[in-house]
Order: sequence, then structure tokens, then C-alpha cells
Amino acid sequence: MQTTTFALRRFIVENFLFGREDPPLGEDDSLLGRGIVDSTGVLELVAFIERTFGVDVLDHEIVPANLDSLASLTRFVEGKRRQRPVPG
Amino acid sequence: MCGVAGIVPLDGRPADAATLARMIATLRHRGPDQTASVCRADAGLAHSRLAIIDVEGGAQPMANAEDTLLLTFNGEIFNYVELREELKARGCRFRTASDTEVLLHLYETEGDACVQRLNGQWAFALWDRRRRRLLMSRDRLGVRPLFYTVAGGALLFASEIKALLTCPGVSRDIDLAALDQAFTFWSPLAPRTMFAHIHALPPAHVLTVEHGVVAVRRYWQVDYSPSSTTERSEREHIEHALELLDDATRLRLRADVPVAAYLSGGLDSTLTAALARRAAGQRLRTFSITFDDPELDERTAQEAAARFLDVDHSSIHCTAADVAQVFPDVIRHTETPLLRTGPAPMYLLSRHVREAGFKVALTGEGADELFGGYDIFKELKVRLFCAADPASRRRPLLFRRLYPYLPRLQRQSDAYRAAFFDASVPAASDPLYSHRPRWRAAAKLRGFLSNDVRAALAGRDACADLIDTLPAAYAGWEPFAQASFLETTQLLPGYILASQGDRVGLAHGVETRFPFLDTRVVEFAAALPSRLKMRGLTEKYLLKRAAEGLVPTAVRERPKQPYRSPGVRAFFHPAAPDYVEELLSEREISRHGLFRPAAVAALVRKCRAGEVVGNSDEMALVGILSTQLFSHIFIQGSPSGVSGADDHVRAPALHR
Repeated sequence: MQTTTFALRRFIVENFLFGREDPPLGEDDSLLGRGIVDSTGVLELVAFIERTFGVDVLDHEIVPANLDSLASLTRFVEGKRRQRPVPG
Repeated sequence: MCGVAGIVPLDGRPADAATLARMIATLRHRGPDQTASVCRADAGLAHSRLAIIDVEGGAQPMANAEDTLLLTFNGEIFNYVELREELKARGCRFRTASDTEVLLHLYETEGDACVQRLNGQWAFALWDRRRRRLLMSRDRLGVRPLFYTVAGGALLFASEIKALLTCPGVSRDIDLAALDQAFTFWSPLAPRTMFAHIHALPPAHVLTVEHGVVAVRRYWQVDYSPSSTTERSEREHIEHALELLDDATRLRLRADVPVAAYLSGGLDSTLTAALARRAAGQRLRTFSITFDDPELDERTAQEAAARFLDVDHSSIHCTAADVAQVFPDVIRHTETPLLRTGPAPMYLLSRHVREAGFKVALTGEGADELFGGYDIFKELKVRLFCAADPASRRRPLLFRRLYPYLPRLQRQSDAYRAAFFDASVPAASDPLYSHRPRWRAAAKLRGFLSNDVRAALAGRDACADLIDTLPAAYAGWEPFAQASFLETTQLLPGYILASQGDRVGLAHGVETRFPFLDTRVVEFAAALPSRLKMRGLTEKYLLKRAAEGLVPTAVRERPKQPYRSPGVRAFFHPAAPDYVEELLSEREISRHGLFRPAAVAALVRKCRAGEVVGNSDEMALVGILSTQLFSHIFIQGSPSGVSGADDHVRAPALHR
């Protein structure tokens, strides 16, 4: 859980904030509300999640309820990983 | 079109002829046909001329018969023929056929109120020797530029800032509040410029100097209050619009040299060209730009329009590499950072027009602001519609209809689209409601600013600066009118007519003329009810109806495509010019002191990797690169390439 949040935070800070958290990004802060992601940003975020956590994000899952804060992103990614069929 | 410059001493010391000569020498691109100056102890005025009306007799600076008035004038007074007749009937005697002399006589008879009578695009300075008084003025919409500063005990003015920078004692200190504004609104808000001590005379203003006192005053304001003519029928409105546009175009064909037209493939320029073709009664020469990227290219519509109008058409092809190659020259002319590369292709277009033998071109600018063409107006309508019923699940589906040319936005879920546009936030009393989503996206650029710059800007809010400039009546207007006002008074003069208009046109001695910015058209359109500007989500409803039969159906009915040009891709390819890497390097970013090197490095990595780059990253990259160029050319270097006292390198001083 913490590693997931850590990886997501690092990606958001590096890729969207270019290293500056000012003020620091709170777990429940809205990424849209703080102007951190735009329409391309959402797609970048989805690509990062698929690449890093090995899950498929379905079209109907690309909604602010799943992706608009560190907390909701973490919940969403953890939930997807639990659904993932065990290999073999 | 021309360049003007001048010196008016405030402390009794005589105007310096050598300084005046240096100033006007930097503006030769604006007026390559002739340069002249008149420098007396009480004032010095200079002029570089692009001869268009009365090629023989219209030389400037021009004095009146008694030699009590001296005028340097950039632009055109399109109703000069009518004014001349009126003045002759009142006993004025004319020595030339120029519009310049009309302005002199008009001032003689009406004083400062003369500006109210002018229908045109101008920036002028008039020295009244008897009253020892200067009058400067800019046209209502801000087509022609005029800058001034006070230094060395004198008021100095010029068409471009680079002329002022050649004068002794003029500071090059950068204005960080202007940078913040440019990064939010795409240009500093007049009277601010990128230089802390140099001011723009705002559109629709006059400036006077008398007894050593400089005073600036507004003489006109666009009025979006619904007028009493709203009871007219739709048919009457359409007929009236066409009549006005017809006459506005006819007046703008007045020239003693041939007049061409830009043809972008959109409704506005096609209608302008159609009216010009009809009024001129002869074949018209038209010009356009084409791009490689099908998302940007409009050649199919351009060719359809050219065939339909039966004009002699040619285009220049602009590649991404071309944009990068000319970008430093473009910044040299715009004298301000840019968030978009749009001015670069326009710079290439004016060069092409000039090489084809033309120095005047009609264009369609102004129609989107005045007749309701921009997507931001549509966005506003849908946002208001959603905010009126936040529980509705169907209303946000309308966001699908916005920005059809932005594929990445189109791929979003409805929930995200609604969130991007603040669908659930009520307008309440926010005077900038219509533009908040746009300016919030731009404000992300602040994250790249260096710690020193951020500290200097602490507590500043560019949007609050803008709110301070709004007229009292604004609060009572409907949101559509408010949004139109913001576009007409801010983006239009600040960016479209300046960086993307005057400066890149005059870089090659090409004057652009705008029938939609005729005073009568502006006043008519501003007062139109918004239902005639946007019917449902159909933009420019009335104008489209007026264009029936004049513009091919394919052009009239095609979805609006805003003018866009290659961005990040222009600067990241194997053949990109060296300055890109150089100016974005950690060393140069640190040396100029405006941005955070680590953040710029991360952005450059992202762009270079060829990953999907979104709107805000694109604006950040273009904004940072153009600011580095701006700082390199103007703050730390020499803008004109002319060596002189100001040619030394200095660190930027920080100003709030």
C-alpha cells in the first residue's frame, strides 16, 4: 500500500510538478482542482499505472472517482491488483 | 505602415538628434521606403515610412502650413476621404492627398477630440509647438503599437520597444509581474510590458505631455450592453451586418498600392476576401499557410475557398523545422515571451507576401471575438447549463461537443470532461468565470519559476490585476458578453493583433487591415444579442447566415478549427537548431535566473523522449524557451544588432 502511494506520488511530482511540491501534495488533494493534470495528464497517468503495476485500466474506470487524488489512486490500483488473476 | 519615434524634453534640455536617429534606425523594417526626422530643441519626431497612400506627397514627419504642428503617424485613417471633404467644406486647404494631412487639419479644428472621428488603425504623436504640448493616441482596438518611457529628463516614445532601448538611461530591467501575466494571459496586460520601466499606451487611450506632466486617458470603451436595436428582426440584423462589413471592406481597399488578402480556409477570412473581391471588381491575390500535420493543416478548405472566389491564390508550406529556425527572429520582433508558436508561421507568411510584391493584406481577425466564434464561448454556455442543474447526468454530455479538434480530450470519459470544465461550480459572482479553466491551466507554468522569481511574485495574483481593469458596467452584463469583452480587450490586442499581427507583419513591411475591426462593425456586433452570435452550440450564427452565397458551403459549414502551429515537435528533432539545447541547458537556465534548472531539465527530458506532451507541457516548453530567447536578446544582449552603449551584458534585475 505504502509502496503504491510512494510510486504514484513520485510519478506525479516528477512528471506533472517537475519536482516542486508547493504546497506538499496531500493524499486527498484533487489533482484537477490543483491544476496538476489536464486531459493529456490523465492519459499519462493511466499509461503509468498500466506499465508500473501491470494492470489493465478499462475505459469506464477512467473517471475522477478513481484517479483524482493520491488516496483514490492508491485504492484503485490496490483493488485492481487484487482482481488480477494469479499467473499460472 | 510605418514606424514612429520621438523625444519630448520634460526638463528644458533640448531633444538630442543623434538619439532620435538611433531610435528610428531600429524601426526600418516597419517602413523601408523612407526614413526622416525633425529634431528641434522643443521636440524631436521621426518616421520610417511604408508608402501606401499618396506615395509622393505623404512624407513624414509632416508639419501644417503654419509650421506650428508636427505629426508622426503610423497606420491608416480609412475614412480620410470623407473627413477631407468635410474639412474642405469648412475651409481647410490641403497640400497633399494623404490621410496624414487630414489628421493635422482635424486636430486644428477639433483638438484632442479628433480621435473620436477616426475610423482606422493608428498610433500617432502630434507636437503642438504653440501650446508646447504632445498628443499621442492609439486606435480603439489596439491594432498599432506605441510604447513610451521617461528617461534622461525626456519622454521617449516609439512603435517598438527596441527603439527605446537604444536611448541613454533607459533601463532593461525585466518586469516579473509582466512575466507572470504573460504566462497566464499570453501577454502582459497594458500598460505593462516585459520591461519594468517601459509602458505600452493601451488601446483606445490618449497620452498628453504638457508643462512636464504626462497624463494618460481613455477615449473609448467597447460596450457589450445589449442595445435598443435588439427588437430588429433577424433578417434586418443580417442585412445591416452585411452593409457594414461591405463598407468596412471597401474603405480598407483604399491604397495607392495593390491590396491582397489572407485566406486561412475559415469563415472570417473567406468572407473578408469575398467582400474584397466584390468591392474591388477585379481578381484578388490571396495567401495562406499549409502544414504537414493534418491536425493543423487547412489546405483543403483554403483551396475550396480560392476556387469558389476565383482568386489568384498561393501558399507557403511551414514545416516544424521552419518554426524553430525563425523563432529567435520572431521573439526579436514580438519583444515578449510566447506560449504558442503561432506567430512564427505568420512571420513566414508576411515574408512570402512581401516577396510577391504586396505590402497590404486584408485579414479576418476580430470576427471570433465580436460575433461569438471562439470555443471558450461554447464552453461557457455548457458550463452554465450544467451548473444550473448540478444533479443532471445528461447535461454534462454536451461537453462532448466541445473542442472536436483535440483528440486527447475527445478520448476522455464524460465524468472527466465535466470535471475539466468545472461543470458543477456555479458562476456566482466570479467576473472571470468564463476564463478560469483556461487560466488555471496556464498558471501551472508558475511551477517552473526560480525561487527568486517566486519570492518576488509572492502574494501577486495576475487575475486580480485583470479584475482591477474591468469597467463598471461589466458586472451587469450577461456572462457571454463578459467573456466576449475579455477576449476583445485582452487576448486580441495583447496577443493576436500584436505578436501574431502587427509585429510579424511589419517584420517584413506588410500592413494588415481588419474589416471586422471597423468602428461601426465593432459597435454593431458588441451590442448584438448573444442568441444571434451563438444559436444553441452553433458559433457565429448571424455571420454564417450573412455569408450565405458569398462563402462556399463547405467553408461555411465546416467545424471551426482554430489556427494552430507546430509546438514542441518544432524544437525536438535531430535537425533542431543549436540554440534550443543551449538556452535550455542547466548553465543557461541558471545564468538567466528566471527558471528552476531541475524542472526545465525534467520537462526537456519528457519532450525529448517523444512522449505524449499535453497542452500545459507544450505551453511550458514554448514559454520557457521564448523567455530564455527574450532574456538573451533584450535583457542581456542587443536587440537590434546595432552596437552601442547598451550593448553590454548585465544580469537581470528583479522587479515586482
